[in-house]
Order: sequence, then C-alpha cells, then structure tokens
Amino acid sequence: MIFPDKNVLVNEVDTLVRKYGNGRESLLPILQDIQRKFGFISDFAMQEVAHQLNIHPVEVYGVVTFYSFLSTEPKGKYVIRLCKTISCELAGKDAVANTLERELNLKFGETSMDRKFTLEYCHCIGMCDQGPAMLINESVYTKLTPSKVIEIIESLK
Amino acid sequence: MADKIVEGRAPVSQKPHTVESKENGDIGGLIEIEINGRPYSVPFGITILEACKRNNIHIPTLCYHEDLCLAGACRVCVVEIEGIRTLQAACAYPITGKIKVWTTSERVRKARRHILDLLLSEHYGECYSCVRNNNCELQTLAKEYGVDFYRFGHIKEKRYEVDRSSYAIVRDMDKCVLCKRCVRTCIDLQEVGVLEATRRGYATLISTFMDKPMLDVICINCGQCINRCPTGALRAKDPSDDIWRAIDDPTKHVVIQTAPSIRAAIGEEFGLPPGNSMTGQMVTALRMIGFDRVFDTNFAADLTIMEEGTELLLRLKRKLLFGDETVKLPQFTSCSPGWIKFIEHFYPEYLEYLSTCKSPQQMFGAVIKTFYAQEMGLDPSNIITVAVMPCTAKKFECNRPEMNSSGFKDIDYGLTTRELAQMIKEAGIYLPELPKSHFDEPFGDASGAGLIFGATGGVMEAALRTVYEIVTGRPVPFENLAITPCRGMDGVRQASVVLNDVKDEWKFLEGIELKFMIAHGTANAKKVMEALIRGELEGYHFVEIMACPGGCIGGGGQPIPTSPEIRKKRAEAIYKEDAELPIRKSHENPHIKYIYEKFLVDGPCGHISHKLLHTHYTKRGKYIV
Repeated sequence: MIFPDKNVLVNEVDTLVRKYGNGRESLLPILQDIQRKFGFISDFAMQEVAHQLNIHPVEVYGVVTFYSFLSTEPKGKYVIRLCKTISCELAGKDAVANTLERELNLKFGETSMDRKFTLEYCHCIGMCDQGPAMLINESVYTKLTPSKVIEIIESLK
Repeated sequence: MADKIVEGRAPVSQKPHTVESKENGDIGGLIEIEINGRPYSVPFGITILEACKRNNIHIPTLCYHEDLCLAGACRVCVVEIEGIRTLQAACAYPITGKIKVWTTSERVRKARRHILDLLLSEHYGECYSCVRNNNCELQTLAKEYGVDFYRFGHIKEKRYEVDRSSYAIVRDMDKCVLCKRCVRTCIDLQEVGVLEATRRGYATLISTFMDKPMLDVICINCGQCINRCPTGALRAKDPSDDIWRAIDDPTKHVVIQTAPSIRAAIGEEFGLPPGNSMTGQMVTALRMIGFDRVFDTNFAADLTIMEEGTELLLRLKRKLLFGDETVKLPQFTSCSPGWIKFIEHFYPEYLEYLSTCKSPQQMFGAVIKTFYAQEMGLDPSNIITVAVMPCTAKKFECNRPEMNSSGFKDIDYGLTTRELAQMIKEAGIYLPELPKSHFDEPFGDASGAGLIFGATGGVMEAALRTVYEIVTGRPVPFENLAITPCRGMDGVRQASVVLNDVKDEWKFLEGIELKFMIAHGTANAKKVMEALIRGELEGYHFVEIMACPGGCIGGGGQPIPTSPEIRKKRAEAIYKEDAELPIRKSHENPHIKYIYEKFLVDGPCGHISHKLLHTHYTKRGKYIV
C-alpha cells in the first residue's frame, strides 16, 4: 500500500462530498469509502474531510477511533478479522487462531512487512451458528478448521 | 445582519436555555409537581435540576455547566422518579408531566456514592500535590458523600505522561473523569476543536487530534477548558518558581504589571464574593511580595487606545479621503492573544484587517525595557518584566519570537490571577485586610478607559471616547461617558455613532455613521468572520473581538469557577470603578501625554511606535502536520 498523494486525497474527498453531501451525517459514508479505497484514513485525509464538512479534525479522529473497521494506520491488502466472541470461542477459535498466526507468521494486531496481510480479532459478526468465523476484507468465512484456514491463506498468497 | 448570523452547532435540545414562567400556555405554563414529598409549582419544560435550583433543593452535579450544552455524562445528578424504573439524570430530564421526584432517597444516595466510587477508582493523583486542592468538584463531592475508602479500588500507577508541551496549558489525563466539559467548551463555546472523546467504551480518552502534544495542535491557549475542568486534569503552566527566583536575585529589577480585570476577580481566591474590586490591596500585596515596581496595565491600555484609535483614523483617512482601496475596513482589535491565534489559524487571509498594535501587555513590556530603563538608568538586561493577566494565552504571546522589539523579550513571564493569588498566599498575606496603596510612577495613573478593557466591549468604548473627541472636539454624547450599547453580555453586539460638526482636519468624516461591532468568545468571532466573508460587514469601521466569553473578566486565568452570573458581577465591578475615576479618557492621561512628549516623539503610529508598539502576524493555517 503506497501512501496516497495529498492532491489525490483532496480530489477524492471532494468527489465524496459531492456524492454524499457536506452535512455531518455524511461523515461516516465518506470515511468508509476512504477506508475502502486506501486501506486506511491518513491524518491528512481526516483534516481534509473535517475542512470540507466544516467540523474539527479532532471530531473526525474521534469517529475514526470509535469504529474498529476504520483505521488511522495503513493495513494489509487482506485484513483478516477473526471473531473472538463466546460462540466462536466455544466452537474452536483457538485452533484457528494458532493456525492463522503460524501460516501468516504474524501475531494478532500485526501487519506483514509486505503489507499483504493484517491479522486482528473482532467482536461478534453475527455468525454465531456457523463458528468459528472470520472476515477477510468484506467476505465472511465460516465453520473454520485449521486445514480450511491453510487452504484459504494459500489461495491468497 | 444580526439575525442572519447562523446559530452555534449544538442541537437546540442540548443548548443551555432558560424557560420563562408564564401564566398559561405550553412551555413556561406552571405545572404542579412533587419533590421529596412536598408540592411545588414549576414552569412546564424546565429540567428537574433547574426546578430544584429554583426551590433551593441541592442536587450534586459534575458534568453539568451553565455555559455549556447538556451532556448527561457523569450521572452524579441522578434522581428517582415515581413510575420510572431507572434513575434519571436531573440535568437532562425536562418536566412535562405531574411527576413525583425523590432527590435523596436511599436508592439515589447509594447510586451517587457508587458513581463517585467508580470515578475515584480511575482518578489517579494525590490531592495535596494538585493545583485544584480545595477547589476541586470531585473532591467536594467525595466529601459531600462521605467517601472514606475506595470501594472499587484505586489506581496506583500513573498511566499517562503529563503533557507540558504547550506554553499555556498542562494536561494530566490521569486526573480526567471524562465529563467532557473541556470538549464542549472547546467545540461549542470556542469553536476551536482541540479536544474530543476518542476511542470507545472503557478505552475512551479525551485527546487531541492523533494524540499529538498540545503544542502541535491548533490551540489558541484561551484556557477556557481550564476554567471549566472540574478536576486538575487541565491547568495553566505556572511560572511562579522562576518569578520567585528573580525576586530573590538582588541583581534583577523585577517589574510587575497588572491587567484591568485582575482587581475585579482576585478577591474570589480569598473567599470574597465576585464583584469586589481589590485594586489598592493588590498593589500593597505585590510590594510586600517583593516586586521592585508595580505598574498598571491600564496605562498600556491607554497607550493602545492612542495607537489603535490613531490607526483607525488613518485607515479611514486613507480610504475615504484618498480613496485607497487596499485599506482594509473594518479594523479588528488585536488585544486578545487568543483571538489573534484564532484568526492566524482559521482566517489567515484576513490578517490585514487586524490592527497592527501589540496587546497592552506587550506594549508595556517594550516601554519598560526602553523608556523606563532609560529614565531610571537601568540596564534592560537586568529588568525582569512580569505580567499578571487573566489570561493563559498571554503565556504564549510573551513567547512569540517577534515580541522582542526592545532587543530583549518584551515580557519575561505571564502570570495568571490564580497563580498570583497563590504567590500572595505563599507570602503569608491575606489580601482583603491589607491597606490600599497606589501604583508606582512614572506610570502611576491610568484612565477609566484603560480599566474597562477588562470587560467585553471595553476596548470599543475606550476607543470611542478618544476617537470621537479627537474628531469632533467634544466628548461622546452618552451620559457620564457610559457608552451603553458597548456593554452587556450578548455574544455579538453592534451600534453606531454619527460624527457631526467635526473639526476642520477631519472634514471628510462629517456626517459619517461610525459603525462598530463587538463579539466575545471565539464561536461568536467565527460568526463575525463568516459574516465578513459573505460581505455583510460592508460599512462597518471597527470590530472588537475578545477570545473569552465576557472578555478578560472571564479569561482562562481567572479564579475558578466561572458562570454568566460571576462574569456579570466582575464586569459591574470594573464599570463601577471606571465611573469613580477622575480621568476617564485615554488621551487625557497625563502619563500618556508625557510619554508622547518625551519618548514616542513622532506621535501615535509614528516611527518609534511602529518599531516598539506594533507587530506583525503569521499566517498559520489550520492544517496540522
């Protein structure tokens, strides 16, 4: 992931503001689009959004830090989020977690050097009946087993 | 134009508002309720807290503040309402029915105690080593509710580094109770936006943009957050140790100047009610502490009026007589360092509208290290200038690199009212009982015009008293020189005077309606600037802006607490003292005449003044790198 150029960001925010409007209610959709496109929301992006919505950068920062799926730091191309809530825990989350750490050679919360993978935990994603479950970017993977995880990771590498 | 000014950002439902009692009708009509088993008749729509206040029933509060919108964050004010399962926050519950409220039932007392225990479990710090010891709302509540042990434990280790990076404001997040008063102050009241709650749940933290140190973010140093913080999480940077050292050093000549609004507020630090003027006693106390000379910033305020008034007349002359279109009008005042930093950050392209005059504090510093040093035969490098200000932004201002036109730092230390009171107490002095004494020569007298700088609208009033008289040769046509449209506490005020029968040299001003505008609090300053950008200030000549609500009397360095009522009382004290002074106009101050004869020989806005008393501004912009 390369750091986006300032002008690119300004144009992007401009487009998004035109798409969603410049009210406070447009803040989240704008941030989500930036997150999706660049993989993170840089401090300049937050300030630019604040400027265009006529609010303060720190308010944008407050929103970005509030939501787990918005990030101020660059993440990998594939963000893997393993559910850590109780149903998945009981369904065998630990074995899946160990496999993920071993296969990716990453600890939870880390991003690989080549910026390809980010591994983190998340709270319930509503797949309690099909646990253990994880998200890779916006796709859900359910009923995970260590061997299934190896297969999935291999296909992404 | 006033009605076109857009309202602030907090939703109407959260804004502080008062409900007026009415005979009948919906909101304001009387409604019968029961509080603690006794019947009361209160206006429909007011909150339980407000209803209890009006009937002298005490409900403890922590996050509630009269100046700010509602938060309902701390839950200390919970009460029990019959028929409602859960306890309700009294500050945020509007009375819309015939409710029965219990404010001190067992359930309420227990809940409040638990809330306090929970707050204290996360509140690190020892009360004796805290600047807010004995003036802390959390401490007061703990005493009120008899907290004698930490039910839910107490944090033992420091979790956060104290942020001392700013020139003015020190932040210690270990003492924060997440009441969000600072957030509401900075965003709603001041529209600066330094602080906001970030993260979520238990990890919630009041922080700056990207958790940067205070020096690196866009802060105007107004200190309003300090005045509203219920604990010691926010405080001003205290230079008193350095000042004591200078006083104790016999080679140093330590000069102190006191701002107009200090005298009206310092008594509060010694337990007096707001609105007691302590001028004479304060001067005596400062001499007893050991300052070599005690001067009155009001003198410098008079000097500011001479310079700023002349600058305004010169701008009018260039624009109206010579048709110079590059001249920017209206002229904005430049006395408030918080406002200066605000415009430098948020409206850098409008800096030319600002008067180039330094603030009175800096003018005085420059005069002391040049004229005064010369008169007294002192080496300016041995003079230490201290300024007691109601203001934390002055601490930043005196450290601006451009403020050294005398060849030395104009002002060495900026001290706040609170810190001065601390020094007085440390010297073993009880201020209210001291005999009165007078400021030192050669700047011993100041006019009432200089004095009223301390309240919002004061600079405008002082300037008008002088400008009107220079132009027409007559005093301003207001009874007892009280230009009442300038006074009051409305956020944005405007008025005008017509210049008739002017002197010959000001013929081009004949019949002109001099229009002026006054705003206080930077949220109001923002409204004025937006109006300027939209072109609605066409035809206005002079705008006074003070960064703090109420002007200097409500400054960030003033005694805590603050409220609209307290600020009003302080302003009244200042206007009362003004009315009693023999000299009421800046240009009639004999010391001002003397300094223009002896030192600033080419007159106001002349060459020497330009070098010493005027400054330039920096386009800072609002992006944080």
